Amino acid sequence: MVVVENYNKTPPPNDGNRGAKGGWLSRIPTAYWVVGFIMLCMPLVVTPFILFQIFGWALILGMIALSLMFLGGLGGMVSLAQMTIAVCAGYMVAIFGDSAITSISLGLPWWLAVPIAIIVGTIFGTLTGAIAVRTEGIYTIMITLAIAAAFFYFTRQNYVIFNGFSGFNGVMPPVIFGIDWHNPTPFYYLVLFIATLAYLLVLYVSRSPFGLALQGVRDNSRRMAALGFNVTAHRIAAYTFASVIASVAGILLVWQNSQISPGTAGIGAAIDILIIAVVGGMRHPIGPFIGALIYVILRTFALDILVSFGMAGERFQLLIGIGFLIIVLWSSDGVLGIWRSWRERSSNINKLTGEKMDGQS
Amino acid sequence: MNRFIARHPVWSLIIIIAVAIFLVAVFAQWPKDIVAMFGKKKVFLHALFNGVTLGALYFLVASGFTLIFGLMKNVNMAHGSLYLLGGYVGYEVAEYTGWWPLSFVAAFLVVGVVGVLMQYFIFRRMEGEDLRQTLVSIGISIVFADLMLWAWGGDFYQILAPEWLSGPVVIPLVTAVKSSGTLVYLKYPVVRLAILFASIVVGILMWLTLNRTRIGMLVRAGVDDREMLTATGVRIQRVFLLVFGFGAGLAGIAGVVGGTFQSIAPGEDMRFLLASLVVVIVGGMGSIPGAALGALIIGVAEQFGSVYFPTYAVVLTFLIMVAVLAFKPQGLISSGR
Repeated sequence: MVVVENYNKTPPPNDGNRGAKGGWLSRIPTAYWVVGFIMLCMPLVVTPFILFQIFGWALILGMIALSLMFLGGLGGMVSLAQMTIAVCAGYMVAIFGDSAITSISLGLPWWLAVPIAIIVGTIFGTLTGAIAVRTEGIYTIMITLAIAAAFFYFTRQNYVIFNGFSGFNGVMPPVIFGIDWHNPTPFYYLVLFIATLAYLLVLYVSRSPFGLALQGVRDNSRRMAALGFNVTAHRIAAYTFASVIASVAGILLVWQNSQISPGTAGIGAAIDILIIAVVGGMRHPIGPFIGALIYVILRTFALDILVSFGMAGERFQLLIGIGFLIIVLWSSDGVLGIWRSWRERSSNINKLTGEKMDGQS
Repeated sequence: MNRFIARHPVWSLIIIIAVAIFLVAVFAQWPKDIVAMFGKKKVFLHALFNGVTLGALYFLVASGFTLIFGLMKNVNMAHGSLYLLGGYVGYEVAEYTGWWPLSFVAAFLVVGVVGVLMQYFIFRRMEGEDLRQTLVSIGISIVFADLMLWAWGGDFYQILAPEWLSGPVVIPLVTAVKSSGTLVYLKYPVVRLAILFASIVVGILMWLTLNRTRIGMLVRAGVDDREMLTATGVRIQRVFLLVFGFGAGLAGIAGVVGGTFQSIAPGEDMRFLLASLVVVIVGGMGSIPGAALGALIIGVAEQFGSVYFPTYAVVLTFLIMVAVLAFKPQGLISSGR
């Protein structure tokens, strides 16, 4: 678990004035203000397409990868089933709520369908976790990958509930307060709000007693068990918490695409989430969002980039694969790790806290 | 054996009854009511034979995977890509030379060398960092998949078996009795039986190599305690290279086999990676007999599933995996270390 070590040793970036006295507002690091301001003003600057397709999608994928980062970074359990859990919740919204497949969809109002979807997604994620925690380390990846594959094949074959290969289309976000949440700007703000909430929640939980115990379990499960912690329960609870985030993100994903099909939860998609989390960095909750932004930009514009270099446009998987390989080979903690080791070399900010940063472990 | 019976009397009884029912089902003629319930005996026997031969193919893929994992603790997610590469190489060689056995040699050598290069240039540098190795191998598999798509396109390829292996052979198992009283015997493709035979031979050779030779002794010692083996002066890196090359080569051979009795196309890499994952999880990680047992179970389950409940055949294998995990997390035959 080298990728995910030292989470608690490294302070979050730009946390220098943590000890400053004053109101809680002044304790928020400057970077948060800057990023927050930029994100809030985004609709004024960019086109609806970029707002909806790039930032909306990146934030959603970032949330799914955030749930993986929570499990992997804090719990030391790398689960490839997070996309599956998200898609499971997405399916539930389509089944219980409205969609173009009226023969299956129950057409419940959104305030009923959404909680049901989150609950079902969470239960599914908890069950996945209960199976996965029977194994450790590298086995977890394999078992969750197998579960993801099973879900993919099952939804593709099942026509009674999941409508088989074609899945559901016409799944629209509800109209609340007279606002159509499928319009780019409202949808962007909705996703931004929920993603920020999820980010802060993960940050909060990582410093709560539960999060600290989880990190203890990650670092030395036997010692934690000897101290009287129920290791298995902590791990399963971590899965439950991560599933809630993934489920919410899955619902947003369905609303964004306005359709869902087994392909959304395919093996490639499951691995993409891992790529996003690893490329971004698993030591801090901001990592998955950075990774998701890079991934989405690459995914959207790779064709143009490749063509402009005189290569065939369909080689975009190659580009992603090589980029992923380079980052994994170079840095043990993705873009965040590279950024950290670069900052460490170019400045001496960290002498303030007296902590020695180790970019490589 | 006796100890097992003494310790688990109920389970032994269930197993004995199940084996007896199975043997009766294979050898006896099926009465009409049973045919009405389960379909023809021919279908059953075909599913059984297909399952066993598919299991043989899975064993070839998964044994290399489990060998690499057992020694190096490296979950090589690019194993499916090695399988696919073997299939393509075998196809090209068979097309050029028209000599089928040569494609096995070529696939083994080419894919084995690729495996050695992977271990030498990449995995050797991150020894002990198992998560990172897995991530790197996922990256490699993505790159390989796209490169192979580039080189061979999205078409299906089939490697043609030579004349003397094509066509069916009659197996002395009665499938039905005609109204005139003549017995109908099961006909089955020779090539599949040959593959089954070949993978049994490979399995036995592997077992002999591991248990009766010096190099096998080194591998077993390495699985047990790597550091101690290094301390005794063995150049463990060479053993690693050898095992990685051999495991990759096996995947290459399996690619030729898969290309002969199924077909090779993009996407097969993921299918066989998943199959080997499930096989080694069911059988027990790092154990060759476990891989054999797991491959047999998964192969048979997949074929019976596709005959008797076609919709959820794929899900069945995963259900088996979940059930095994729930009761024996270490797999049916754990290496016990």
